[in-house]
Amino acid sequence: MKTRLLLPTLLCAAVATSPAFAALAYISNEKDDTLSVLDLSSFEVIDTVAVGQRPRGIALSQDGSQLYICASDSDTVQVMDLATRKIVAELPSGADPEQFALHPDNRRLYISNEDDALVTVVDTTNHQVLAQIDVGVEPEGMAISPDGHWAVNTSETTNMLHWIDTATHQLVDNTLVDQRPRHVEFSRDGSRIWASAEIGGTVSVVDVASRQILHKLHFEIKGIHPDKIQPVGVKLSADGRYAFVALGPANHVAVVDANSYQVLEYLLVGRRVWHLAFTPDQKYLLTTNGVSGDVSVIDVDKLKVIKSVKVGRYPWGVVTQN
Amino acid sequence: MKIAAYLHAFTGVLKREFWRFVQQRSRFLSALVRPLLWLVVFAAGFRAALGVSIMAPYQTYITYETYIAPGLCCMILLFNGMQSSLSMVYDREMGSMKVLLMSPMPRGWLLLSKLLAIALISLLQVYAFLALAWLAGVEAPPLGYLTVIPALLLTALLLGAIGLFLSARIRQLENFAGVMNFVIFPLFFISSALYPLWKMREANEWLYWACQLNPFTHAVELVRFALYQQLNPSALLITLGSTLLFALLAILGFNPERSANARARG
Repeated sequence: MKTRLLLPTLLCAAVATSPAFAALAYISNEKDDTLSVLDLSSFEVIDTVAVGQRPRGIALSQDGSQLYICASDSDTVQVMDLATRKIVAELPSGADPEQFALHPDNRRLYISNEDDALVTVVDTTNHQVLAQIDVGVEPEGMAISPDGHWAVNTSETTNMLHWIDTATHQLVDNTLVDQRPRHVEFSRDGSRIWASAEIGGTVSVVDVASRQILHKLHFEIKGIHPDKIQPVGVKLSADGRYAFVALGPANHVAVVDANSYQVLEYLLVGRRVWHLAFTPDQKYLLTTNGVSGDVSVIDVDKLKVIKSVKVGRYPWGVVTQN
Repeated sequence: MKIAAYLHAFTGVLKREFWRFVQQRSRFLSALVRPLLWLVVFAAGFRAALGVSIMAPYQTYITYETYIAPGLCCMILLFNGMQSSLSMVYDREMGSMKVLLMSPMPRGWLLLSKLLAIALISLLQVYAFLALAWLAGVEAPPLGYLTVIPALLLTALLLGAIGLFLSARIRQLENFAGVMNFVIFPLFFISSALYPLWKMREANEWLYWACQLNPFTHAVELVRFALYQQLNPSALLITLGSTLLFALLAILGFNPERSANARARG
């Protein structure tokens, strides 16, 4: 009797645990106008979904049910229901949205409009524009502090971090960093912000309280011309040990000790690495490699690149979901 | 004939090869220095810090050093295989070949023993190289160092068989320089040891087909896949087939009296 019951039970368990609960990654393919869905247990592309034109920045809602997609050339932020993988809404984002960040209140979306030197704040519940804030020329990177107080935007041509108070939606302060800042990332405790400078070739670590640069990271890879070292994406591991910096056409990701700011290692990935995302268990880091059209998988414990998986053309943004 | 007798003959040949190996320390050193120079100097000058594209059996982008390591392992086997042919000519000239052939064992077994003995000793040199390469940052998966053994042995047998086949045709010691020019260099350079085949094809379609016809290419690919715990069936079949062919030709063409007769006549 027991054995007869065992098999169906096992089968049920297998069916229940396999596809529905597998962790997934979503990758926006800038040139293909698609989204690749990557299974994080097999690291294989399981679906490709058509979205708006030139999708770049992507972000998950807090419950992970919806994906926000910057469709830059469609001048809108699309909302995708991840259960059905259908676009359910389009938000009035302002022209040419490139990157954005969701406020911890899960309601306000802060969007940088690259062409208009603006940051647009959109309410994701009623789809209303709450504010538009003038910032520097070619705004790109966007991050919200963990306590929700600051929205920090980078402008690629003005070379500044713009500090926006989320309570008043006023630009409070600017911090000058190196040329062409592309991406900003808050530390988990909210005390520091890491800002990459693509042309400057550096990453500035800025103290949030004083809004002053604490440290500037430089990179050097044997056999690679310094001009090719163009930091873009930055991600900090949840345990506070590492910072990973994507170095663009240098085809490497720098591993930085997040406390001593020492560069520990350079990991070889695909061509022109843009952005990074940890898997939900923090075991792996995914990189989008724009020119080679693939995603490299880094084993975070071993600091080794274990695989590169083909996705669409010019993969740009990446998020992961349990 | 009993199996024990066969084994006795084999261990005899193996011991002799081993002593030759121990006594020629410079040969061991040069067998090691040669691929290391390629790894350290040639690969560094190649400036492929930006990575070589993904191709099987690699799962991701690799450095050029990582790419050429399997080819350099095969380079050790290639030189050893050819040097064994040299030693056959030497043995023949010095008369120790006659001592070997006085054994009551079939000639084919004696030659096979010699091939196996050379293969086993070459294996030691390959592992010494792999260890140094590992220190230089060329790492294969740990299990790969085990799975590569059969591939290395088969490659060593193939190259040894080619060497034996040639030795039957080399009359004098001095002709070894010719072997270098007309055998070792083309086998090594017109293969996938230094450049991936798709790269060769980009450069020249003829060159690509020349590489495809070279059994050394398939031996290198067999070793490359095995080092990453994968089997390349076509490479295995071609390497196995060419090994059997050259071994057969070597045994058929082996005529120890030829040089003695030639001398007597001369």
